[in-house]
Amino acid sequence: MFQILKDINIDWLGNRRLFIGISVVLMLAGLGSAILRQATGRQAFNLGVDFKGGTVVTARFKQRPSDETIRAALNEKGVRDAVVQSVRDNPDTVLIKVPLEGEGQDGRARVRDSLNTFGPEAAPALELNADQNAAYKIVGTEAVGAIAGAQLRNKAIAVTLAALVGILVYIAFRFEWTYGAAAVIAVFHDVLVTLGFFSIFQWEVSLTVIAALLTLVGFSVNDTIVVFDRIRENRRLHRRDSLYKITNDAINQTLSRTIITNGLVFLSVLALVLFGGDVLRAFSLALFIGVIFGTYSSVAIASPIMVWWEQRLEAANRQAALAFNPPLKGGVRTPAKPAKAASRRASAKL
Amino acid sequence: MKKKNLLHRVIIIVIVTIVGLYLVIGPRRRPTLKDFTWSGIKASLASNIKLGLDLQGGSHLVMRVKTEEFLRRLTEENYIAAQNAAKDAGYDIKGGQAQTSGNYRIVLEPGDPSKASEIKDAIEKKVELGDTSVWTYNASGAQMTWTMTGAAERLLADNATTQALNIIDSRINALGITEPTLQTHGAQSSHQILLQMPGVQDPERVKEILRGESRLELVHVIGPPSPASATTYPTEADAIASLNTNGVVPPNRKVLPYSERMEPTANQDPNQQRPKQWVVVEVPAIIDGSELRNATAIPSQGGRADDYEINFSLKKSGADKFGAWTGAHINEYMGVVLNGEVKSIAYIKSQIFDQGQITGRFTQQSAEDLALTLRSGALPAPIEYLEERTVGPSLGADSIRAGVRASLVGLGLVVFFMLVYYRGSGVNAVVALLLNMILMLAGLIVFGATLTLPGIAGMILTIGMAVDSNVLIFERIREELRSGKTVSSAVDQGFTRAFITIIDTHVTTIISSLFLFVFGTGPIRGFAVTLVIGLLVNLFSAVYVSRTIFIWLLSRKERVESLSI
Repeated sequence: MFQILKDINIDWLGNRRLFIGISVVLMLAGLGSAILRQATGRQAFNLGVDFKGGTVVTARFKQRPSDETIRAALNEKGVRDAVVQSVRDNPDTVLIKVPLEGEGQDGRARVRDSLNTFGPEAAPALELNADQNAAYKIVGTEAVGAIAGAQLRNKAIAVTLAALVGILVYIAFRFEWTYGAAAVIAVFHDVLVTLGFFSIFQWEVSLTVIAALLTLVGFSVNDTIVVFDRIRENRRLHRRDSLYKITNDAINQTLSRTIITNGLVFLSVLALVLFGGDVLRAFSLALFIGVIFGTYSSVAIASPIMVWWEQRLEAANRQAALAFNPPLKGGVRTPAKPAKAASRRASAKL
Repeated sequence: MKKKNLLHRVIIIVIVTIVGLYLVIGPRRRPTLKDFTWSGIKASLASNIKLGLDLQGGSHLVMRVKTEEFLRRLTEENYIAAQNAAKDAGYDIKGGQAQTSGNYRIVLEPGDPSKASEIKDAIEKKVELGDTSVWTYNASGAQMTWTMTGAAERLLADNATTQALNIIDSRINALGITEPTLQTHGAQSSHQILLQMPGVQDPERVKEILRGESRLELVHVIGPPSPASATTYPTEADAIASLNTNGVVPPNRKVLPYSERMEPTANQDPNQQRPKQWVVVEVPAIIDGSELRNATAIPSQGGRADDYEINFSLKKSGADKFGAWTGAHINEYMGVVLNGEVKSIAYIKSQIFDQGQITGRFTQQSAEDLALTLRSGALPAPIEYLEERTVGPSLGADSIRAGVRASLVGLGLVVFFMLVYYRGSGVNAVVALLLNMILMLAGLIVFGATLTLPGIAGMILTIGMAVDSNVLIFERIREELRSGKTVSSAVDQGFTRAFITIIDTHVTTIISSLFLFVFGTGPIRGFAVTLVIGLLVNLFSAVYVSRTIFIWLLSRKERVESLSI
């Protein structure tokens, strides 16, 4: 049997402060970038036309003019603040992004007007190379108005939150609500960290990025559930062990599965990033980051939160029970915080 | 495990596989020998799978019916009609207003407030303000107020949207667009319409035509009759001043702009525009566009070769009204009003019944487009475009190429790893994976879902997730083997224990995909659908099929000592 990991025995919970610290730093970095950019008058996120409104025209040239020439041609015809962007996979193609305009103004028509200075557009029925006289052809347009943009933005946030609630309810139903809450916090963390990357590097946030985030929500919670399932099973099999030990064992037992599966998904996403083309690039990037942090959070964040929460509850219950039934004189009093003591023991073993 | 059980399983799997394969690459006609060649299979595959607009090319338009505009017009029309009705019945109305922001309200100030209820009766006999499900009446002090109820606002707005949808539908049919999808979009209260047109690369003309409100009215132009020329004014203020009513336009008059349309043609400066003028017209119009029977574009008589005009004919009811009016107004001026702008003015030479022209220097294209929109009827309210996404076929082909390449690379990497890491059992997982891909495509075809570019990404992700189930099971079997169980009980335990986890992970992913489906349109929806189908199929391929292969392996020998895993 060829195996990546053998007999691992890592004290995940013992290092929880370190893990949570790393996550907090990452989230703060993303948040800091967003707030700082917003405060200094720049954009917190590089929102695509889907959310900001505007027009993107994809044009293909026989002889591609330089970005400056195109921008100058646009300025000439009164199209201001246009962004001219190259397409990685196809050097003859440019994306021209025009910001939102007043009602009745057609971005596509105005861009076409400007591009006509380079020569005529190919006839509607013909491909660029089939038309002898043509210099360029508009091969795609996306135009989103202000209403649609705001609508999509609100919907994206609402749906992401609703999906998180849906998952919380399901896990609470299948396990305990502390498990559900821990899983959702971990997933929320993944979404925030991924968004943080989008803010720091100013990658464009489009509709497909939201799709990627929602996929990530479902996907990242999978790993958490695999661990939780194992915890549940181990609790039945080893009733004497503390939750602390059981959880550590569960993570270690499922670790090779976690690494293999996520490694494979990671490979598929990598294929998407490298070969999926420009349209899917932002989507693939979101998943790429998401898969990495999804794996990390289900191992290093979800379980520690769940254990901490369960221990708090247990301690609170015990105290409530003590208050209700005061121990007899001379009776043995259970330590007030047995969980913490157990945790100290477990850490000492390492 | 019993042999009979194994036989059952194999039969089910074989049937499902054959059905799946037929759905994906089977031709939808009598098969020929060519269908079994590589190119034949590719052709069938391409014709069976419905590609989204982002892959095959086409236009995706989201528009909104401005229903608030419809309600505003309705309120204003009723306000004017109510005022006229009161005056016709001999009551004095001092003032009032049509309030169209916030609530839709009609306010009248009668000269004698004590007669309010009499006035109300007189008005409601003629104007439809008596319907209490639409208007709530309220008299206070010197004011009579009709307020549109919230329920009526919603109902009327919804009706206007439905009507707009029908008119757009008939325009699209008249344009001859193939296989369009037209439906309402989003929440009902958003009054949005989604139009998808496969193959349309340049939607500008379609957009123009759909946006055309085409409110046609034939009106009486106020002024002395011919031989005096038609009375026009250089500014709006002059036109209003001519009414001698202290700058207030009375309810039975309207001041409209009059500019002959100048269509840009090849040998003419497009900016050259005849100066705009203003005319005073009578309210209500003689007839409107709802009385139209037909409209066609014809070359202008005596005009230039590229000059066109529109000939229209009226329905019986319209022709009766029009005939009676023109008979009584010989030599007076009549105007053709399109979307609130006077297009042409002519005097009435003789009684006209059911024929008319709209002139005004149209090009052939614009005349034909206008005739088309007139035939389909006027939109109840203007529409605005919220979203437009157009993908040309070449861009779509690029996306397909990239998507297929990424899928094959992803699949190759996963297959390679599974075979190296799990060896014998890896073959098992790869068989399940391939079956998963076939059934996923079959599922898309069965549900009539379209394959979009994000959908292809969904397939690639499903490869990763599908293999997750196998990894879970195999890792569990390995664990059981390590703890000293026999091969057959390890396999048994591996499947049973991992199954609970597999269900949980699938359900959570399906939950988030469902939200994605609700959220998304077009391509994003395609992604959610692909993901859900892939996950459902996976329960069959990764659990049922995989297990059957193990059962078969174990049934070949009496005692199995080792397992290649």
